[in-house]
Amino acid sequence: MTEKGPEKNASLSASLLDSSTTSLGEVQSRSNDGDRSQAVDPGDGAEPRISRRRLIGVIGVLGLGVGLGGRVFEDPSAASASGQLAAAPSLRKKTRSQWMMILDLRSCDGCKTCTLACQAAHDLPKETEWLKVYSTVGADGQTSYLPKPCMMCENPPCEAVCPVGATFRTDEGLVLIDQDVCIGCRTCMAACPYESRYFNTSPMPAVPRQPFPRSPEWPVPQVVGTVGKCVLCAALLPAGKLPACVANCGMGVIYIGDLTTDVAVNSLGNVIKISEFLRENDAVRLKEELGTNPRVYYIPGHGQDLSA
Amino acid sequence: MDLTVDGTAVDESSHVDRSLRDRAREELREAAVRPMLQKPGPGYRLLVVALGAVVALGLAAFVYQFVNGLSVDNYSDDAFWDVNIANFITIVGIAYGGAVISAVLRLTGASWRAPLVRIAEGTSVVAVLVGGACIIPSLGRPERMWEFFTRPNFSSPLIWDALAIATYTLASIVFFYLPLIPDLVIAKQTMGDRAGPLRTLLWRALSRGWVGSPAQHRLLGRMTGILAILIIPLAVTVHSVLGWAFAITSFRPWWSEELWAPLFVIAALYSGIALVIVSLAALRHTYQLQDYITDRHFKRLGFILVPFGATYLYMSVADFLPGSYHGQPGTAAVFRTLFVGAYAPWFWIVIVGGMVVPLLIIALPQTRRVGWIVFAAGLILPTFWLNRVLMVIVPSTYDMINGTFGAYGWTWVNISISAGGMAAVPLLILLLFRFVPILSVTEIEQLEGEQLVSEPLVSEQLVSSERRVWLGQPQEELS
Repeated sequence: MTEKGPEKNASLSASLLDSSTTSLGEVQSRSNDGDRSQAVDPGDGAEPRISRRRLIGVIGVLGLGVGLGGRVFEDPSAASASGQLAAAPSLRKKTRSQWMMILDLRSCDGCKTCTLACQAAHDLPKETEWLKVYSTVGADGQTSYLPKPCMMCENPPCEAVCPVGATFRTDEGLVLIDQDVCIGCRTCMAACPYESRYFNTSPMPAVPRQPFPRSPEWPVPQVVGTVGKCVLCAALLPAGKLPACVANCGMGVIYIGDLTTDVAVNSLGNVIKISEFLRENDAVRLKEELGTNPRVYYIPGHGQDLSA
Repeated sequence: MDLTVDGTAVDESSHVDRSLRDRAREELREAAVRPMLQKPGPGYRLLVVALGAVVALGLAAFVYQFVNGLSVDNYSDDAFWDVNIANFITIVGIAYGGAVISAVLRLTGASWRAPLVRIAEGTSVVAVLVGGACIIPSLGRPERMWEFFTRPNFSSPLIWDALAIATYTLASIVFFYLPLIPDLVIAKQTMGDRAGPLRTLLWRALSRGWVGSPAQHRLLGRMTGILAILIIPLAVTVHSVLGWAFAITSFRPWWSEELWAPLFVIAALYSGIALVIVSLAALRHTYQLQDYITDRHFKRLGFILVPFGATYLYMSVADFLPGSYHGQPGTAAVFRTLFVGAYAPWFWIVIVGGMVVPLLIIALPQTRRVGWIVFAAGLILPTFWLNRVLMVIVPSTYDMINGTFGAYGWTWVNISISAGGMAAVPLLILLLFRFVPILSVTEIEQLEGEQLVSEPLVSEQLVSSERRVWLGQPQEELS
C-alpha cells in the first residue's frame, strides 16, 4: 500500500518536474486568466521570473544538491495559484493526481462534524483536532467559522526544517509524515504557520482493525512521541473515496479536488470545475504572503477577516 | 611568603632567595592538588549528596516521561516547545564564557589569566556536556536520535545545531585537555602515592609521555594557540546557530527576529562569564585558593562583564522596540504579554534583575567588591534562564491562526528534569577537580616571570600620561 522508498526519492525529482511544469503552466495561465493571477499574486512578474526559475533549476542540477538548492533558493511566489490550476494535464507527465481542497465557508455553520469524523476515522484522542474549526465574531456580530485542515503547501516550511527528513511531499502534492522516522523534536510545529501539526503526547489506545496497514498515508494508530497531522485521508483517495471530513460534512462545505483533472466534488454530489469555481467565487488561501503556496482554498463567507 | 600574581607581592618575591621561591612553588603545587588531597568535610559531602540526589531525581523524571509520553510534562499542542528547550539553550549558553574568556586572555597575552584558566575551561566543558544532554528529554523519540547522523536533512537548522554543538564540545574538551598535560605530570610528582591507583592510571594515560622537553613545550604551545584561535569562531557559530534554529525555522512572532543570533552570542558570553565568576568564588572559598585567585581577578572579570551586559541590554531593547512600535499583530500580542500581560513580572525581573542591577553593581565603585560582584553574577545566571524560558514559551503558546495564547503549566516532571540539569553542572565541576589539578601550575610558573618586568612599568606610564591629558597640558610634553 505504501510506497515509502520510491516516494522519498520521487520528492526530489518531483520538485524538479514541478518547477518546470509550473513555469510552463504560468505562461499558459497568463493568456487564460491573467486577471486572476494578478489578484492572487500581485507580485508575480513577467518574463524574468520564468528565466530565473529555469536558471535556478540548472544551478541546482549542476551541483548545489537538488534538494538543498531547490529549497533554499526557490522563489515561492513564482509558482502562482493560477499557474497550478491551469496547468494542462498533458504537461504533468508522471504525476498522477494533484490533490487539493476547497472549503466553501459560505455554507459552514460550525457544527464540527468534520472534526469528529476526522477523529473517528483516524482514532484520534479528543484533544487532537487535525481539522480544527476556529470561530470568530465579526464586526457585525455574526459568528463565522474557519475549518482548518493541513494546507498541503507546495512549498512546505515543515519539510525544510525536519532534521531527519521524516516529513516529505509526495508526487501527488501531499505533505506526509513518516512516523517510524520522526524523532519528535517538533521543529515542524514551530515552522508551520497554520498551526496544522499536532504532537502525540500520550500512548495511543488500541484501535480496531484498520482497512489499511499503518503508513504515512494512513497513520492509524498514531505513534506516541511523534508529530501527526491531517493527511487528506491519503489512503482513501486512490480508491476514489472521499476523505472523512468531506464525506461527513452535511452542508457540503468541503470539496476534495484534483488539479490534474480540474474537478472537485463535495458530499452533496456537487461536481465543480476547480479553476472556474475558484475564479468566480474569489477564492483565497491563508497567509498567501508567506509564499507557502497552500493547496487548500477558501471561498470567503460572511465577509470575515481570514488573514487573522 | 605569598606568591600571587598581584604586582606588589610578586615584586617582593623576586628579590628573595632561591629557597623561598622553591617553597612558594611547592605551595602552589600543593594548592593545585588540594581538592584531591583534602579529606572532604561534612559540608562538602552533604553538598555532593544533595546535588547527586537532584540529578538522580531529574534522571528518574526523564525515565518516567520516556515511558508515559510527554503529556506528563504538560506538553500540549498549545505549548509545543517548553522548558526543556530553555534548559538546553541556557546551559549550552553558559558553556560559552569559560572557554572564550580563556582563549581571549591567552591570545591577548594577559598574564593575570593564569590562575583562572583551568577553572574557566573546566566549567565550559562541564556545561556544554550537560547542556547538550538537556535536549534529550525534549524529544518525543529520544531513542531515534542516531537518525541525526544516519539520515540528516541538511536544510534543517537543527542538523547544523547538532554539528556545531558536537564540534564545539570536542574543541572545548581538547582546549581543556592540552594545557592539562604538563600539570598531570606535576600533580603526580606532587602527590606521589597519595594520588591513588585510579588517578595514577588516568594521569599516566592522559599525560601521553610528557617529559617537559623544549620540543614538547613548543608543540603544546602551538597547539594551544591554534585552538585558542579556533574556539572563538566555533563558539560564535554554536550560539548563532542556536538563535537561527528559532529565527530560520519559523514565522512565529519574536522568534523570527533577525537579531536573535547576535543576541544569543552576547547573552551566552555574558552569562558564561557570570558562571566563571560564581565557580571561581565557590572553589576559591572551598579550597582556600585566595593566594592565587585574588580580589583583583574578580574585579577584572567584572569589568569584562560590563560591556557584554550593556550590549545585552541594548540588544534586548533593539529586539523589542521596533516590534512593539509598529505593532504587527503577532509580535505586538507577544510583546504585550511580556510587558504588561501574564508574563510581565518575570519579564521585568529579567530586564532589571538580570541586566540593569548587575551592571550598576559593577559600575558603582562602592559595590565593586568581590562579594557584590559574585552576587551580581549570581543574579545573572537564574535570570538568564528565565529569559530563555520566556523566549521559548511565549511564542510557542501563541496561536498564529486566531491570535490567542494557549496554556502552559509546570509539572513535577519538567521541574525535576530542569533542576537535575542545573544541579549536574556544579556537581560535575566539583567532581572534575577531584581528578585534575584545579590551578594550571605550568602556566602560573611560566607567566610569573613575565609579570614581574612588564606590568608595573606599563601602568605607571599610562597613569602619568592620562593625568597630563586631563590637566590640559600641551601635546608636546607627552611625547
